[in-house]
Amino acid sequence: MRLFNLQNQWRSQTNRSVLQKMHLDLALLISLLLLGACGLIILYSASNQDLNAMTQQGIRFILAFVCLFILAQIPPTQYLRLAPWLYAIGVFLLLIVLGTGIISKGAQRWLSLGLFKFQPSELMKIAVPLMLAWYLHEQQLPPRKIALLVCAILIGIPAVLTAVQPDLGTALIIASAGAGVILLAGISWRLLLLLLILAVICTPLLWHHMHSYQQARVLTFLNPERDPLGAGYHIIQSKIAIGSGGIFGKGWLNGTQSHLDFLPEHATDFIFAVCGEEFGLSGGIVLLTLYLTVIGRGLYISTKAQDTFSRLLAGSLSLTFFFSMFINMGMVTGILPVVGLPLPLVSYGGTSMVTLIASFGILMSIHTHRKLVTT
Amino acid sequence: MRYTERAPLELWRYWTIICILSLGAMILIARLIDLNIVKHNFLQGQGDARTTRVVSVPSFRGMIIDRNNQPLAITIPVVSVWINPHEFDIHTDNIAQLLKLTNSHFSDIKQKLAKVENKDFMYLARDLDPSIGAQITALHIPGIYLQKDYRRYYPEGPASAHILGFTNVDDHGQEGLEMAYDQWLQGQPGLEKVLKDRYGNTVADEQTIRQQQPGRNLQLSIDNRIQYIAYTELLNGVQQFHATSGSAVVLNIKTGEILAMTNVPSYDPNMRPTHEDDRYRNRAVTDVFEPGSTIKTFAVETALASGKFTPYSTVNTSPGWIMVDGKKVDDDGYNNGVVDLTTILKVSSNVGMTKVILNTQNHALYNTLHSLGFGQTTASEFPGERSGELINRPIWSPFVLATLSFGYGISVTTLQLAQAYATLANDGVKTPVTLLKMDQPAQGVQVLNPKICHELLTMLESVLYDKGGTAPAARIPGYYVTGKTGTARILGPHGYEKDHHNGMFVGIAPATNPQLVVAIMIHDPQGGKYFGGDVAAPVFSRIMSQALRLLNIPPDNLNPTTTNSPSSTNNTQRNIDA
Repeated sequence: MRLFNLQNQWRSQTNRSVLQKMHLDLALLISLLLLGACGLIILYSASNQDLNAMTQQGIRFILAFVCLFILAQIPPTQYLRLAPWLYAIGVFLLLIVLGTGIISKGAQRWLSLGLFKFQPSELMKIAVPLMLAWYLHEQQLPPRKIALLVCAILIGIPAVLTAVQPDLGTALIIASAGAGVILLAGISWRLLLLLLILAVICTPLLWHHMHSYQQARVLTFLNPERDPLGAGYHIIQSKIAIGSGGIFGKGWLNGTQSHLDFLPEHATDFIFAVCGEEFGLSGGIVLLTLYLTVIGRGLYISTKAQDTFSRLLAGSLSLTFFFSMFINMGMVTGILPVVGLPLPLVSYGGTSMVTLIASFGILMSIHTHRKLVTT
Repeated sequence: MRYTERAPLELWRYWTIICILSLGAMILIARLIDLNIVKHNFLQGQGDARTTRVVSVPSFRGMIIDRNNQPLAITIPVVSVWINPHEFDIHTDNIAQLLKLTNSHFSDIKQKLAKVENKDFMYLARDLDPSIGAQITALHIPGIYLQKDYRRYYPEGPASAHILGFTNVDDHGQEGLEMAYDQWLQGQPGLEKVLKDRYGNTVADEQTIRQQQPGRNLQLSIDNRIQYIAYTELLNGVQQFHATSGSAVVLNIKTGEILAMTNVPSYDPNMRPTHEDDRYRNRAVTDVFEPGSTIKTFAVETALASGKFTPYSTVNTSPGWIMVDGKKVDDDGYNNGVVDLTTILKVSSNVGMTKVILNTQNHALYNTLHSLGFGQTTASEFPGERSGELINRPIWSPFVLATLSFGYGISVTTLQLAQAYATLANDGVKTPVTLLKMDQPAQGVQVLNPKICHELLTMLESVLYDKGGTAPAARIPGYYVTGKTGTARILGPHGYEKDHHNGMFVGIAPATNPQLVVAIMIHDPQGGKYFGGDVAAPVFSRIMSQALRLLNIPPDNLNPTTTNSPSSTNNTQRNIDA
C-alpha cells in the first residue's frame, strides 16, 4: 500500500496537476501503456511480423485509450445513474445474440454493427459489477441473505446467457466480476467457505451439462498425454514452447515452436507461450509484474473511494482484470483447463481488449472525481 | 440522486484479497520456474524433436557409359509439382498457364482434387524439366509447390535395357547392372540437420553432419553403336521369322569383352517398369536351351584331340540312321553316305557324329565342354545369370553320349555359346567374359590345343562356303567367315515338340584373323523356316558385317566374286568330296 501512497504525496505537493484536470491517473496510465507496448512487441513476433495485424491492433489500442479517456470524464454519480440501464441493455443484447444464434443454428457471440463486430458479453464484464455495486450500495452491509440471493440472480442471468453461447471463458469472467463485488461488500468468510464446498459438490452435476469439447478440455487438463494429437495438443505444445525458453529465452523473433506453426493460436489465446519461448522466465516475470502493478493500483483506488458504490466497482474491476490474466496464464502454463480467454492487452483481437482498457477509465474517474478531504 | 455515506472500510478484507492474489501470482511464477528451469532440458529436447530433423541428401548417381564414353544411363535433375488442396483454388488467375506448363487438363485436376479433399498433398505433374519448374514458380499460384528430384534417363532406350536394368523411385538399382553395381554408382548420401515446420517443409539448414559423396561412373565394354545395330537387326529377324524371342551377343575374341548383348522383346527403361514381365529378362544370360548342332564343333574337337581322327578320317553314315542302345539316331531322312569329319560339320550329320564320338574316351567330351565353361556361369557376374546344365555322369551310356555330341541333354546360354566359340577362335585360350571395359585383358587359360583349333576353324568354313553347307546366308562380302549352325527342338511338357525349334548360329570373323564372335539365338520361329542356317545366319551376317566395318577391321576377302572359303582354293580334294 505504501507504494501507492507516493502519488498521493506528489499530488499534494503540486496541488491539482494537468493529469488531474484531465481525470487521468498517472500510475495506471503508465502501467497500461507499458503493458500495451509489451503486448505489441510480443504480437509482432507472434503474428510472424504481420504489419497488417499490427496496424489493426494499434487502431484497437487507440480506440481503447480514447474510450478510457471518455469514461474517465464521466463522474461516478453518472455511472450510478446509468448502471441499471446498462445492465438491462446488456441482457437485452445477449438475448438477441442468443436468438440469432438459434436461428442460424450455430454458435453466436457477436452482433454485427456494420463496421465492426460487438460482443454484448464483453459489455457485461463492466455492466455486472456496475449493477451489483448499484444494488448493494443502498443495502445494509454486510449484505443480508436475501440481498445475496438477488445478487446471485443478477450475476446468474448474464453468466448463463453467455455460457450457452457457448463462451465459458467470458461467462467465468462475468461471474467472477460479480463475485468480486460480493466479496468486497463483506460476505462472511463462513458463508464463502460454505459456497465453496457447495460448488465442489455441484461439480459432478455441472459436468453432465457441459459440452463434450468442454469435458474433453477438463480431461485433457488432468492428463494432457490422453490425446496428444487432439485435445492435448495445444497444452503440450504450449508447455514445450515456454519450457524451451529457459531463463532468458531464445530472443525476440527466434522462437521456433511458434514460427514453425507447432504452437496453435500463437497470436491469440496462447500468445503467452510465445513470450515464454522468446523472453524466457524473465519475460514472464516482467509481464506479471506489470499486471500486478495495474491490479494493485486498482485496489488502492478502491480503498480510497469515497462511497460504497465506487469502492465496490473499483475493486471488482481490478479483480476482473486479475482473473482474466490469471486464467489465461494458468491455462497456457497448464495449471488450469483450457478455456478460450485472451491474455489482456497482449493477445491479438477485438472487443475484450477495448472493454478491459476502457474499464480503467471508470477507475480513473472514481479516483479523480473525489472531493478533496483532508486526512 | 442520493449519494450514500461511505460504508465502513474493512482494510483487513483487502489484505486478505491481496494475499489471495499474491498466492495466485506465486503459483504462476512457480509454474514458470518449473517449466523454464526445472523441466527446461526435457522440454527443450521435446521442442527440438519437433523441429529439427536429420535428412538424407541424395547423392548424384554415377553415369553408365559405353566403351567410347557415350552415355547409357544418366541422372538428370527434374522437378515435380504438387498441390496443397487446402491452399489451392482452381479458379485462380494463372490456371491456364499452369495447365499448359504441366500439360494437364482442367477437368482432370478438378476430379483429382475432389478425391483428396482432406489431404495436404497431391502431385500435379512429375519429372518436369527444371526450366518449366522455374516458369511455374514465376506464376506465384498459392498452394502450388515444387519438389526437386533426380531421375534416371536411358538415352538408348530398349536397345541396352536388359544390360542396364533400371532403378526404383528411391534411385536404387532393381535389375541388371544398375543393381549389380548399385553401391559403386550410388555413392554415399549426405546427412544434414534441418529445421522443419509443422507441415514438414524444410525452413532452414542448420548443419551438415556428413558430406554427400557423388556416385562413380561405370564404363562398360559395350559399344553403343554395335549394341544398337545388334538390337535393330535382331528385332528385324525375330519379326521376319515370326519368332517369340531372340538374343544376340557380340564378343571381342582377344579380350573377352562383351561389345553387345541384346534381346527381343525389349522394353523402354525410361517408362519405369512396375510389374514382372517376360520382356525385362536378359535372355542372353537367363534363358537356357539345348544348343543342338552348335556343340558338334566341340565334339569334333574331342575326336581330333583323341588322336584317333584327322579332318580327313571318314565314316559311313548309310543308310542315314543308326540304332544306339535300341534307340534310333537319324539325319532327318538324308543318306549322306561315306563322309569325312569336315563334312559331318558341314552337313551337320548326327549319324556321322555318333559314330565318331562313340570311338572316343567316355569322359572326353564332357571334359572338353566343361573346360569351355558349359554348366558354369560366366565371369560376367550379371544378376540372375544361369549356369545351364551339364551333368557329370559317372559313366556316359552310348545313347546319352551320342545325343550330347549333337547338343541334347545339355543346356546353355547364348553368352556361353559365344564364349566357347571365342575360346576356339582365340587359339584355345579361354578369356573370362566381361561387361566392363578392360584396360588390360584378363589372363586367359589354355583349354584347347591351338593346332586343332586352327584345323577346326578351317573345317567350319565349309559350313558357309561349300556346296551343301548349312549356312551360306551367314556370308559377308569382303570378309571370310567361319561358324556353325544349330537347330534344336524345344523341350515341351510332353517331350520334344514337333513344330517348335530354336535356330542358332555362332560365327567368327575375319576367319583369317579372328576378331569377333557373334552368337545369334532365335526362339521358336513360326514362319515356316526354322533351321539355324535360315533364321539365325542372316541376322548374324547383318550384325557382323556392320560391326566389322564400324571397328575398322581390315577385310580379308577383297575379291568380290569369290564366295569360296580361303582354304578351299588350296584344298581341291575336299571340294570334290563334297
